[in-house]
Amino acid sequence: MFSFIARRIGTILLTMLCLTLVVFFLVNLEPNLKKLAISQTEMHTSAEQLESWLVNHGYRQNFFVRYGQWLGIVPKQPITDPATGKTTQRFSFCNDPAVPTLSGVIEGDFGCSTKFKTTVAAKLFPALGATGILMLCVLGVMVPVSLLVGILAGMREGSRTDRALSVASIASTATPEYVSGVIFTVIFASWLGWLNGSAASASQGITFYNFTLPVITLAIYGIGYIARMTRASMVEVMTQQYIRTARLKGLSFGSVVVKHALRNALIAPFTVIMLQFPWLLTGVVIVEVMFRYQGFGYTLVEAAGNNDIDLLLGCSLVSVFIVLITQLISDVGYAFLNPRIRVQ
Amino acid sequence: MQTQYISGSAIILEVLWRFWPVWVALAIVMGASFLYKKKLALYGQLFDSGVGMAGVFICLFWLFTAIFASTISPFDPLGQIPIMKDTLPGAIEPQSGLVYLFGGDKLARDVFSRMVYGSQIVLIIAPAATGFALMVGITLGLPAGYYGGKIDSILSFLANLVLAFPVILLFYLLVTPGIMDTPIPYALAGVFFLFPIIFFCVLFWTRFKNRPDRIYILLGLTLIIGGWIYIGLVFDRDPLKIVHIDPNQLNIFVAVVFASSPGVFRIVRGLTMDIKTRDYVAAAQTRGESPWYIMLWEILPNARGPLIVDACLRIGYTTILLGTLGYFGLGLAPESPDWGTAIKDASRLLRSFIHPALPPTIALMSFVLGLNLLADSLREQSMKD
Repeated sequence: MFSFIARRIGTILLTMLCLTLVVFFLVNLEPNLKKLAISQTEMHTSAEQLESWLVNHGYRQNFFVRYGQWLGIVPKQPITDPATGKTTQRFSFCNDPAVPTLSGVIEGDFGCSTKFKTTVAAKLFPALGATGILMLCVLGVMVPVSLLVGILAGMREGSRTDRALSVASIASTATPEYVSGVIFTVIFASWLGWLNGSAASASQGITFYNFTLPVITLAIYGIGYIARMTRASMVEVMTQQYIRTARLKGLSFGSVVVKHALRNALIAPFTVIMLQFPWLLTGVVIVEVMFRYQGFGYTLVEAAGNNDIDLLLGCSLVSVFIVLITQLISDVGYAFLNPRIRVQ
Repeated sequence: MQTQYISGSAIILEVLWRFWPVWVALAIVMGASFLYKKKLALYGQLFDSGVGMAGVFICLFWLFTAIFASTISPFDPLGQIPIMKDTLPGAIEPQSGLVYLFGGDKLARDVFSRMVYGSQIVLIIAPAATGFALMVGITLGLPAGYYGGKIDSILSFLANLVLAFPVILLFYLLVTPGIMDTPIPYALAGVFFLFPIIFFCVLFWTRFKNRPDRIYILLGLTLIIGGWIYIGLVFDRDPLKIVHIDPNQLNIFVAVVFASSPGVFRIVRGLTMDIKTRDYVAAAQTRGESPWYIMLWEILPNARGPLIVDACLRIGYTTILLGTLGYFGLGLAPESPDWGTAIKDASRLLRSFIHPALPPTIALMSFVLGLNLLADSLREQSMKD
């Protein structure tokens, strides 16, 4: 088991290395660098000034040198004035070193956000905290609801409850966040006026009024899928011999479901819930933009829109890490929950 | 001048009337399918259940809407009539006397016509992109599952690499205006669009290599048709000027294929690993068939059930992806009538007007729902056998 986890962590690190290299390549394409230089300099700068800004700030060094700098295996160079030889910080707003130093991701320095004029860490981690709260609320709604729906549907296969709930789950998987968000806003904010159509005020304090719409919008897309998986798992368990034995020895249907079927039926949904995280990440971006909630997704869109290189790299690192670590947890957790499957 | 409106029930009747070519086509196709369902194999079995019929009905509805879009829609989807700005549903356009059935949007365009024309964009790009993703996934997934070993490790690692990317980040990196200046989209298109040609060449070669009368005709046809479409799509140099794709559409096309082919790869790989242990594969190996013959003519036909179901779901998922792209304003032209862009435009103004938001959302939802219902009943039918 231990060597399995160690090997998986090795793969995760390798994947993260490859992916950041790809992202690094894409954000450093010539048009993107131009865009960055234009947004960082004054209006109406000439092409030469743009070029000299890029050279000064080290964007014209060799690609792999710069990737190494970001990673923290090649020292970061400050701006050197060619006339005097004096060195100055690259970005004064985030304590960049004035002497060549090793300071990259490995050293814990995620770099400098050119859009927000601060360090990436100062921007990214509060945003992650905000998204974490949103995610917790979403999981708190999504998991119980979807398990309940799945169990009720799978308890008696082919019954009217089963058909109705199955069609409802299919409908919910056909409703992406930007569709359900619009529909919920129309119903609850525009017509009924019960809830707030914007979660911008949630950064100050979360209330039922401003936080419900983002949470249910995000939850609804996942509910259908998890419910269907739970139903399939429940249906399979209900056809097993030991369920029939329990029924035949005179136990009531309710206690057979709760005591015998549930435990085994909930193993598969666990994996599915863990594997929902990558989808939730995309959903988070849509929902945060739609409801103007200042979290991780909002930061990612801002970073991508302004080609904020370090911030975007930080965002990709975090999201890739979340995706891979949830996969690992789901594999390990599955082996723990299901004694029939043990990793060699 | 005061804008004249027609009543709510008149709007419904007018909408139903506007869709008349769709109803006619639907009646013919559904009626014929229902009569001959016994002879139509898997497709015919769909008509045995209500869910399946509903799925077929919704999918065909949008298919015919896309085909007859110019007959159905009363106005040009891009045309602006200033007097109709932000009008409510049922407003009568004074010049022509026609009605803005679902009202006008903030740029004074007809919401109904835009919804109808939006179906064209979705119904062209989503199935085509899914088709290419299937080709890529099958061509790479079969050898990965069949041979295992190094090929499998490398390809699986690459697939997991793409799958570990959150889709939205991938789109922000791959579908930006800046990337059109670089050769990346064209290089990716060049690679992806090669897969169908390779696939069909290998398919025919393995089967007919000892029959010169058939093989040369089939290979020649594949190369000519494939090469023609390839030149038109990748280089935009179609000599006949029929195959043409805008650079920004090519870009989203490539991004969508890139995002969904690893999923197909994983499914095909899993199915191949399962099927290659069957007796008929062992029999073919004993006969001395070549590995690619076994993969394409023994394994693939037996994996078709799950693949058809997956393709249905995937078209729906691709529709959702296209909507996401439109919602973030990536790739598609800002005035394009596709549903995602329409939802983006309307959702910013929800506080003042809600009517431009509802038609595209309901259209997108119903189409994806139709595909999901179709997939669900296909799965049920194929499990019965």
